Amino acid sequence: MLREIRPAIAMIVVMTAITGFAYPLGMTGLSQLIFPHQANGSLIEKDGQVIGADMIGQNFTSEKYFRGRPSVTTEADPADSTKSVATPYAADNSAGSNLGPTSQALIDRVKTDSETLAAGGAAKVPVDLVTTSASGLDPDITPAGAAFQVARVAQARNLPAVKVQALVDDYTETRTLGILGEPRVNVLKLNLALDALAP
Amino acid sequence: MTFNGWVQIAFFSLVIIAVTRPMGGYLHRVFDGGRTILHPVLRPVERAIYWCCGVDETKEQGWLTYAVSMLFFSVAGFVSLYALQRLQAVLPFNPAGQGNVEQSLAFNTSISFVTNTNWQSYVPETTMSYLTQMAGLTVHNFVSAATGIALAVAVIRGFVGRETKSVGNFWVDMTRATLYVLLPISIAVCLFFVWQGVPQNLGAYVEATTLEGAKQVIGQGPVASQEAIKMLGTNGGGFFNANSAHPYENPTALTNFVQMVLIFVIGAGLTNLLGRMVKDERQGWALFAAMGVLFLMGVATAYWAESAGNPAFAAMPVDQLAGPMQAGGNMEGKEVRFGIANSALFATVTTDASCGAVNAMHDSFTPLGGLVPMVNIQLGEVIFGGVGSGLYGMLAFAIVTMFIAGLMVGRTPEYLGKKLEAKEVKMSILALLALPLAILGFSAIATVVPAGLAGPANTGPHGFSEILYAFTSAAGNNGSAFAGISANTFFYNTTLAAGMLIGRFIFVVPVLAIAGSLAAKKMVAPSAGTFPTHGPLFVGLLVGVILIIGGLTYFPAVALGPVVEHVAMNAGTLYPAP
Repeated sequence: MLREIRPAIAMIVVMTAITGFAYPLGMTGLSQLIFPHQANGSLIEKDGQVIGADMIGQNFTSEKYFRGRPSVTTEADPADSTKSVATPYAADNSAGSNLGPTSQALIDRVKTDSETLAAGGAAKVPVDLVTTSASGLDPDITPAGAAFQVARVAQARNLPAVKVQALVDDYTETRTLGILGEPRVNVLKLNLALDALAP
Repeated sequence: MTFNGWVQIAFFSLVIIAVTRPMGGYLHRVFDGGRTILHPVLRPVERAIYWCCGVDETKEQGWLTYAVSMLFFSVAGFVSLYALQRLQAVLPFNPAGQGNVEQSLAFNTSISFVTNTNWQSYVPETTMSYLTQMAGLTVHNFVSAATGIALAVAVIRGFVGRETKSVGNFWVDMTRATLYVLLPISIAVCLFFVWQGVPQNLGAYVEATTLEGAKQVIGQGPVASQEAIKMLGTNGGGFFNANSAHPYENPTALTNFVQMVLIFVIGAGLTNLLGRMVKDERQGWALFAAMGVLFLMGVATAYWAESAGNPAFAAMPVDQLAGPMQAGGNMEGKEVRFGIANSALFATVTTDASCGAVNAMHDSFTPLGGLVPMVNIQLGEVIFGGVGSGLYGMLAFAIVTMFIAGLMVGRTPEYLGKKLEAKEVKMSILALLALPLAILGFSAIATVVPAGLAGPANTGPHGFSEILYAFTSAAGNNGSAFAGISANTFFYNTTLAAGMLIGRFIFVVPVLAIAGSLAAKKMVAPSAGTFPTHGPLFVGLLVGVILIIGGLTYFPAVALGPVVEHVAMNAGTLYPAP
């Protein structure tokens, strides 16, 4: 049985060569050749500068922009690397809140956020706008979440609300094959289109 | 719940039914000496591997040699992976400048990937270099899965063999599983993922300037190549911390669907392989049916619970009703592109199998929604299951089922033409007890020692659920988590690693012993008294046995976690942060 030690070691070496080097490096080469844009992260450039990636959400706070979902990602504190500071949409440190449904912290946060967003109005806040995403990088909001913000954005940009809503509709992605996934609006793409429409 | 949600679940189920037979047929050709269309290309590679490694492919092994080969291979894999992590700072392919991985974390991670668990105590994008991800983690995604498939094939041979000592050759089975099954599918799927937007590069992290002028550092890497095998091999270790919820790992509804199919495809195909090898495909479909029933029960419960949303939001100006404009429901820790139906479905699939990839944070599920993945793992991940481990786990349950059926009628039970005697039943029970021993034993310890109590990120019953889920996931070799728990500590890294070892090896060695014992027996021709194992009665008994064993074992623990939390949630009780 000790004879099986040699193949055990040799197999690890050979399998590392095949599946650990040849496979990922070969796939990297092939992907760079066939799908260079996606393979490099689907980056969006403006004036030669990277401003984001197609499917990575970013943090929006201005009244002029549609906002994405709350994000609880963090970064290491530059002053003290053992601590972390809240940095929404930190795309090198993806994370969800991991708060359970009976967590006081969750309920307090949703209560504060929803009351701020609803601002005493009659309209209820769509749930995606007050709940954190799984990755903290969710690029999308629901069509309901976008419609909820149309009036605010239109006012901040001096645009008619119908025009902003029409843009939202243009940027609403439907289900794949009519079945898979959920309808959604990519916030970064929508905001880029807004900037192009009314800078 | 929406009509479309059910359509998505039904569509997924139909696709799984449709791929089972073709996959089974292909596996049959790979493992029963047939020729596949890939032979002209891969056969020379296969021969070269045997030549390099000193393997005689014609040499058959008994169950003990087979088991020892598997164990040596696992040890060699552990050592190489541990070394890679501890030295990564001085090795190439490290543009983000990651330091060496700390000892207990490297130990935990090595055990985790060697046992096909892929539990991650670490945050990948801030811990692992590209070299470790490729030459370490990706490799084990392949070979730990190939090992699982090999073991399942060996166990099937036990039923097929007639008065023989042999259950096959581990090196040949493992090599074939990698070369003919895992690698070609991974290559195709990897390209599909890249097309859909999953990155595949070796570049440094990109620094973007957002529309509002802030800096955003975007993690990169050879993601797609690892993503493909992560799903296909039911490994589940994410390239990024958020796993398949990360938009780079799982960017579209289509990638999400393909990922779920990949989790089940080999496990489903193996049921058909069993049928083909015992020359009665109905035997495979009977196991498939039992798995299917348990799968549908799980997904329906999870989908219902998650759709209901959080009752605490009812008093707030929050709209969580499903409609054409939004999926509604419990959206905390879920992504918009997946909504509720796909998050509940993914959570069920990933824990039916021993995958453990997640596209939503199980920790933020409603109590009953989170109960489903936990119970799925506790039942032994036999619902299609991890590649290989699902089938041999289900066969252990089938043996116990036939034993109980035999007791009822007072006749020595037979299964697939082999008499089941004391040794097979004892070994099955030993295997099935390994899991609860590790889960309940370590959970109990963690709830009384300070180092264990320091882990949970939530208090009250949810905090207990986090501990219970962690050991459930480790011992079940799943790897998903109620991820709030701070597991990167000496206590959790070592106890979880021990759980993973027990869950993998104390399970599989007895199962191989069964295979060896069965192979030595002669076939019994079915008689009028033989209990048919391809009909609904057997399926019903099997499902019943799985649920009764699982229920009796775990009900007390589960009652203290998700069940109490469900009652508390409906009563409006909230728990403060720790």
